[in-house]
Amino acid sequence: MEKIITTPSESNESMLEIDLKDPRVAAFLAWLIPGAGHIYQGRTGKGILFFVCIVGTFIYGMYIGGGRVVYASTADVFSRQFLDRWQYICQVGVGLPALPAIVQRARMREHKEPFGNFMRPPYDFPPLDQPNLMQSPDLSDPNHVVTSPDELSKWNYDLGEYFDIGTVFTVIAGLLNVLVIFDAYGGPLVIAPEVDSGEQTGKT
Amino acid sequence: MIHLLQQAPSMSSCLLAAVGIVRLWYAVPLVTSVSLVCAATRHEEMGAILNHAARFALWIVVFMGIVLGVIQLLTWMQ
Repeated sequence: MEKIITTPSESNESMLEIDLKDPRVAAFLAWLIPGAGHIYQGRTGKGILFFVCIVGTFIYGMYIGGGRVVYASTADVFSRQFLDRWQYICQVGVGLPALPAIVQRARMREHKEPFGNFMRPPYDFPPLDQPNLMQSPDLSDPNHVVTSPDELSKWNYDLGEYFDIGTVFTVIAGLLNVLVIFDAYGGPLVIAPEVDSGEQTGKT
Repeated sequence: MIHLLQQAPSMSSCLLAAVGIVRLWYAVPLVTSVSLVCAATRHEEMGAILNHAARFALWIVVFMGIVLGVIQLLTWMQ
């Protein structure tokens, strides 16, 4: 299902014609990999711009947050507790880069060993093989350790404000990709009014 | 009000200290990214995108500055 739209060109008086190809495929690709939908449509410059901005923001947020800020709740999807980690619903807007969190969530729910610590949900209780998991060094007194009630509290203690800053970066990256998905599906937001079919055929 | 204006220089230094200049640098990549993506969803040509992004980034900075000023003013009035 090919779709072609027109939008005003700023460099001259003419109209730009954009071939959206199959908008649904483009929207799916745009979600899966930011910018991929535009590259599929031949809008390569915008595709690269979206990829760099969104994936860059997401990775930078992960870096600031020590790789801990993207994870999904292990609670049932339709339960109230799932919304305690509402940030992931926004983060998953970035597509493939956020999907490992779903795999890690599934493994934790099945009481299996997660694939490393990458995008792993926090433990409520320390696993048997890591009894000291909830302990952090006390920055004010090296002879003491701080024991957190759960791993999420430990991450907040260890990372401080950077946990929140990293979360904000990754959430915004996911939300920005929603705009990109709409752009891939329907073209730019400012679209010229459709030309009357009567004018196209020369009728007045 | 006059008393408030007389204290303005020291207040501004307090403002900067309170905000934490270093933390403000984290806003730079975010504002850049948000303005570029939003501008790119409204235009198709790179020149128009960059032009819109520059204006939008300035608008964000001014808006955030106003909000920061209002919050700081409310803090002083407490």
